[in-house]
Amino acid sequence: MSDLLWWVFASLAIGGGLGMVTRKNPIASLLFLVLTFFSLAALYVLLGAHFIAAIQVIVYAGAIMVLFLFVIMLLNLGHDYRPDVRGGAWIVAGFATAGLTGWLLTRVLTTEGAVVAQGGELEIAAAVREWNAVGAIALPLFRDYLVPFELTSVLLLVAIIGAVLLAKRRV
Amino acid sequence: MLTRSLVLSAILFGLGVAGVVVRRNAIILFMCIELMLNAVNLAFVALSRAAGIEGQIFVFFVMTVAAAEAAVGLAIIISIFRHAETVDMKNFNLLRW
Repeated sequence: MSDLLWWVFASLAIGGGLGMVTRKNPIASLLFLVLTFFSLAALYVLLGAHFIAAIQVIVYAGAIMVLFLFVIMLLNLGHDYRPDVRGGAWIVAGFATAGLTGWLLTRVLTTEGAVVAQGGELEIAAAVREWNAVGAIALPLFRDYLVPFELTSVLLLVAIIGAVLLAKRRV
Repeated sequence: MLTRSLVLSAILFGLGVAGVVVRRNAIILFMCIELMLNAVNLAFVALSRAAGIEGQIFVFFVMTVAAAEAAVGLAIIISIFRHAETVDMKNFNLLRW
């Protein structure tokens, strides 16, 4: 059952990605990307990362996509769209690059002995049993990764200030 | 399921690369970058099944960076649009040889 669901959502994700790359209308492109994000959230659930799946829906499919949609509509790009796909040689080059990237990554990631670690699944299951899905992530996040977590807040502050400053008409 | 997920993440990353090379609309280029970041997230989550919870924590940080990048990048696109009245990359060739 979960295998079947995996294949369904994997093909939805790939279809969404293909649709995003090939659609002319930016809004159609964006909606295909939302499809990909939702199927990735479903795949995270199947991989046992429930909290990450919820965050994926809230942050990506919610916040970031609304930001994109907002900018597309603010700039009025939704109707007067000219085809912006580059011509012949670029398409060949693009998909050759993509194929090569995908093939190389596949080779690297699936070689025998590429993944030496084992048993993470059981470790995570034990942590989830003890502290629930949120606690299993929160404890190591606030214990072992506290400094990166705090630095993240600085990054977000800089991003907020930068976005306001860049988008302002007159500073 | 681990190997399959890694292959899927490679395919999605490749699609993102193709989009960046083929398209000219700046906003769609941004969406392709988001797709690549998501492919990396999928690889992290898949590997967390082998290596433990750290994979999922790194996804957290990747998402934060993606959100910051989207906010700043879209602000740049807005200011470019105000300047040039277009988001088509073929008009921005000042730094091309």
